[in-house]
Amino acid sequence: MTAIESTDVVVVGSGFGGAITAYHLAAGGARVVVLERGPWLTGQDFDQDFKFGSSSTRAFDFTIGDGMSVLAGNCVGGGSVVYFAAMPRAPRFVFERHGSIGRRMWPAAISRDTLEPWYDRVAEALPVTRQDWSDVPYAGGLWAAACHHAGRTANPVPVAIDNERCVNCNWMMSGCRFDAKRSLLLNYLPAAIAHGARIRPLHEAQRLERSDDGGYRLHYTVVDDVDYRVEVGGGAIDAKVVVLAAGAGATPVILQRSADTLGPMPAAVGRYFSGNGERLNTAVIDEDRVREVLGLSRSDGVPYEAYQIGKGPCVATWDRLDGSLPEYLRYSLEQLYFPPGFGTILAQVPDATGPTWFGAEKKELLRHWKSWLTIFTMSEDDNEGVFGPPPPTGNAVRVSQQMLGRGALRYRPTENTLRGWAASDAEVRDILERDGLARVMPWTNDVVGAYTVHPLASCRIGDDPATSALDDRHELRGHPGIFVTDGSAVPGALTVNPAMTIAALAERAVPAIVEAARQRGVAVRYGAPAPDGATAARDAVLPLVAGRAGR
Amino acid sequence: MHDSAQDDVTTMTFEAFADTILPGEKRFPGDVTVAGVAVGGGAVASGAVAVLRTDEGGMAPALDNLAEALNGHAGGYAAERGLSLDPAVPPFVALSFADRTELVARLTAPTHPERDIWVSVAMFSTIAFDAAAHLHTVDALADGHPGMTTMGFKPPEADGLWRFPEFSYGRQLARPHPDTTPSGSPA
Ligand SMILES: Cc1cc2nc3c(=O)[nH]c(=O)nc-3n(C[C@H](O)[C@H](O)[C@H](O)COP(=O)(O)OP(=O)(O)OC[C@H]3O[C@@H](n4cnc5c(N)ncnc54)[C@H](O)[C@@H]3O)c2cc1C
Repeated sequence: MTAIESTDVVVVGSGFGGAITAYHLAAGGARVVVLERGPWLTGQDFDQDFKFGSSSTRAFDFTIGDGMSVLAGNCVGGGSVVYFAAMPRAPRFVFERHGSIGRRMWPAAISRDTLEPWYDRVAEALPVTRQDWSDVPYAGGLWAAACHHAGRTANPVPVAIDNERCVNCNWMMSGCRFDAKRSLLLNYLPAAIAHGARIRPLHEAQRLERSDDGGYRLHYTVVDDVDYRVEVGGGAIDAKVVVLAAGAGATPVILQRSADTLGPMPAAVGRYFSGNGERLNTAVIDEDRVREVLGLSRSDGVPYEAYQIGKGPCVATWDRLDGSLPEYLRYSLEQLYFPPGFGTILAQVPDATGPTWFGAEKKELLRHWKSWLTIFTMSEDDNEGVFGPPPPTGNAVRVSQQMLGRGALRYRPTENTLRGWAASDAEVRDILERDGLARVMPWTNDVVGAYTVHPLASCRIGDDPATSALDDRHELRGHPGIFVTDGSAVPGALTVNPAMTIAALAERAVPAIVEAARQRGVAVRYGAPAPDGATAARDAVLPLVAGRAGR
Repeated sequence: MHDSAQDDVTTMTFEAFADTILPGEKRFPGDVTVAGVAVGGGAVASGAVAVLRTDEGGMAPALDNLAEALNGHAGGYAAERGLSLDPAVPPFVALSFADRTELVARLTAPTHPERDIWVSVAMFSTIAFDAAAHLHTVDALADGHPGMTTMGFKPPEADGLWRFPEFSYGRQLARPHPDTTPSGSPA
């Protein structure tokens, strides 16, 4: 075997948790290598195309589990490349949740207030901005008007989108070819590279072991750039510090597979998985009623027929994000576009006489696709997901060349979770079926189980070693020098889109990682500005880090 | 070795399955795999078998065996119901649309041991209809792809790219939540 490469910090995964830590560590002076299992795509690689093999399958990982399927990014930039860029902060009560453990799930050190400066760092870096009503596409406007008609409030959500460049093509799930979506490819990652970080696409981390010098050795395989089932190489890399950020569907699997060589894992590795309480309802809008009841009409006189137009989710109602409501009954309801190629199969026929998700009546439902409106529930689930034994490689046995695989996640929604979903279904129906505006049905859970694009909590932070795999500094209990900074570190469902919170936690985790690297002899110091050089948010956190991490 | 008789059985069987997922009108007189219970092209005319046969999808190597398994289930179903099936076509094809539907519902039910497989076939059938995953989307729409045309999927601009310059009602349509923070987030 050839000599094993060695670096200061190896980062696994290049989504929010990976890109943010890689940038700060590289900018602070550490040698950083990022392993990313997916391809490295940019601008023109982002096809507006549903053909197999285009970016709409290359950049994705869809893992069907037992009772829960997870859709996630699979490319340099991770979920930020394929996501919808809705970036709200989590409401205050979320941090006080008890969930299934009968005590506060979040570490005592973290609340909305203490996370705020780290949220500010992300907002400055991407950046995240507020939207005006004039930025809101028809579907969001329709949802807002229906909410208003039903006595609810509704907000344009803050986004990481440059609305000047956005053409409202709704292809953002295949990556944005107009560079309007401010993915990590446009900020943290190029800045990390400018500071010497090396990014290795198509490198899939498999397992860790301890190296002789007190650091870690990470074993990886190299996958073919078209057929991800095919292994074309492999190797190992030594590092003093390891940052795992493969996403909540993948990070715990790497750790499970490493238990043989690293020694026992904390009990919470691969447990407490949350799907962010996600649930979808699809409404078929009665176009005439949109005009008659809501008074809406496009310039061509058509009331709506605009499901295809826009930029993902733009408007949400936050009336149930009320800390005084009982846990499990708080949720946001956000308008969403989910494109064809998985975006229709789970929608159900209202008043079906036969099967609800396929058949002759389903085809009739599809005939009205232009008049669909999809509403996304993000509620409080019970962290009931558990990962079974890991597959031989990666986080799934791959079925297709790209995208589709089968994994070991098992999820059986508890009564609490089901109650939240039922309440939100009823509320969506109340809003949209009022005065005959629409017919509404939830997506079925009987085909691929429940479904999430927001995997969380499978390797979470906390104060209680029995129910959290990481301490409040994101270090893996019992395995010093291994940090987890992706969605798996989030303790539980957030009731809003999670990427802003994942990113803020990653920002917050950096000083402790810097500190650990310094203790292992790495010449690194905390304090880089935003990727574009902005300093306001950086300056606001420096006092919080004083005396640590080289400050 | 290439076996065209087996190819025919496999194709016919999956056409009948795909037509059960999203049905279409008969393509020609004497079309036996498409039951003809719906107006306009369905999953079959949209290319379901082509999608199942793509290298990318990963199903192709298993299809002959799956067709045999599906026909085995159809035979068992017919026996249970006391149906006599036309021996000239594969057993699943010989079932009526209602019986095909009932059998597919059973095979994809949460408790069926083979559900993963049949859900996958249903998924590929649906993707043929709603996304034409075996074709470039631009070409599919230009050629009047039945599924995407039925859905009213809008075509791109002349340069082959989608843009929607008109996209917004352009006015405030609801009262924002009173506790919205300056960053635009919930409090
Ligand atoms: C279609 C879609 C829309 C979304 N829309 C929104 C939205 O509008 N707002 C929002 O807040 N959130 C949204 N999300 C969720 C958001 O993308 C995720 O929460 C976020 O990206 C998670 O960040 P992360 O760092 O945990 O992991 P990811 O961003 O998923 O990054 C993990 C990376 O690790 C890589 N990886 C996995 N395993 C390995 C391995 N073994 N070796 C090497 N690399 C590996 C993956 O390929 C991936 O690139 C959306 C997600 C999807 C799929």
